[in-house]
Amino acid sequence: MAQTGRLILPASRPFSVPLRPVTTLRILIIAAVLVGWEALAASGLLYRDVVPSLLAIGRALVATLRDPAFYFHLGTTAYEIGIAILIGGLSGLAVGIALGGSKFLSRAYEAYLYYLGPCPKIIFFPIMIMWFGVGPGSKIAMGAISCFFPVALNAAGGMREIDKVLIRVGRSFRASTWQMMSKIYLPAMRHPVINGVRLGLGVALIGTLLAETKLSNRGIGFLVIQAYSIFNMPQMYALLIILFVISIGANSLIGRIGRLDSIKRN
Amino acid sequence: MTAVALARMRCAPAALGLFSFVVLIGLVELLIRIGLINRFIVPMPSDIIAAFPRVVIEEHVLQRFLLTASEAFSASILVTIFGVAGGVLLHRYRLLRLATETWVAAVAAAPLVLMYPLYLVIFGRSALTIVMMGFTAGLAPIVLKTLEGLSGTRRVLINVGRSFSLTASQQFWKILFPAALPTIFVGLRLGLIFSLINIVGVEFLINFGGLGQLINELAERYDLPGTYAAICFVILVSICVFIIMERLERWLRPAD
Repeated sequence: MAQTGRLILPASRPFSVPLRPVTTLRILIIAAVLVGWEALAASGLLYRDVVPSLLAIGRALVATLRDPAFYFHLGTTAYEIGIAILIGGLSGLAVGIALGGSKFLSRAYEAYLYYLGPCPKIIFFPIMIMWFGVGPGSKIAMGAISCFFPVALNAAGGMREIDKVLIRVGRSFRASTWQMMSKIYLPAMRHPVINGVRLGLGVALIGTLLAETKLSNRGIGFLVIQAYSIFNMPQMYALLIILFVISIGANSLIGRIGRLDSIKRN
Repeated sequence: MTAVALARMRCAPAALGLFSFVVLIGLVELLIRIGLINRFIVPMPSDIIAAFPRVVIEEHVLQRFLLTASEAFSASILVTIFGVAGGVLLHRYRLLRLATETWVAAVAAAPLVLMYPLYLVIFGRSALTIVMMGFTAGLAPIVLKTLEGLSGTRRVLINVGRSFSLTASQQFWKILFPAALPTIFVGLRLGLIFSLINIVGVEFLINFGGLGQLINELAERYDLPGTYAAICFVILVSICVFIIMERLERWLRPAD
């Protein structure tokens, strides 16, 4: 027992730091950054408006959020990303299940996915423009390509980690392919799939938005590059803040769904 | 089973993968030749292969490659120094770690490459923008992995150091840092891959620099076989870099 007590002590140490100093330090860091930013904006060291005042950024943020046109562009981007995740995610899941379910197929094709996965996807954009035009199609395609790889690789890994007993139980009940898929494979591999979707969402967002900044007349990416071309820096900062909040929020939401499922299971 | 039969069985999947790839290319060539795929949208694979020497010689691929490599190298140096130092700092000051670790993790999940118009304004349309973008993209994974490696040092190793009455500096260089190296290398590999992806991507987006710009230029000239050949070239270079990094990581990692 004494030994157990000694073992527990280091594990419990991170919680021994009271919350107050951490919160104080966080507030101090944020305050230092804000004061430093405001001082830089007022100093004139950089070109005018490169670092706008916090007040100007705040005003631009409020103006952007109150502008109905912003929601049209946000809706366009959300639609493109949504369709991209649907296409890239489902095809990635299907390919992942096929590769994870067969050692032979995995050894034949998985290396291609593994090495193509980290390649910069934006270089495919000229091809996507030729195939799907300059409209939302090429942006959806960019998002789908980006999303496909992490979902496929995670699904393949998840499929391989399924407990063989579960598969044998399914087979002993003479489950059809569809029943095996819906009752055994997908429930057993949901954690790696959720993780793949989380990663896929991040890269689909990047792929779609970068494509919008390159060639588009709608979407948040278009708004960012438009703010750059007319040198509306407060609006650019406001848009970047909104984008980061949305992407980090969506990422943590999917992560939380995965964790919630684990808690329920336990 | 004989050794030859075993070797054949091992090579069969890889051979199938390669065979499928060749068949796919042949099929695309056939479909374009019989007019089922528009050759003004998808060039014939034979034209793409024929465009390779032209692109390499006329478009100065070697110089472009060296330019991209120099940008990637500069970003790698910056990201390694600041990333590892950041991780060590967060490990050294526990309060700072508790206050900022979640922020660093959030930054790692944020689409930082979308800041490139902002970097264009700050650093101008220059190599510095590309290098700084690569640096920004690769920093967070290295900080997090360095921190993870240092924090994961086995208690017994730290106690051994203490029993020898090592100074804080000796404890770091003799115990903590060597123990954390494998995890730091994982972070370095991730960070450098993120940097490289962003460097080529930003080169393409701002039409400046090496290989990324080459694709953009060829696409704007509507040189379809050239564009496809340049994309294939960038993919090949990326794959080679990933393989080298992977081998390097395996080579540098001490045997478990």
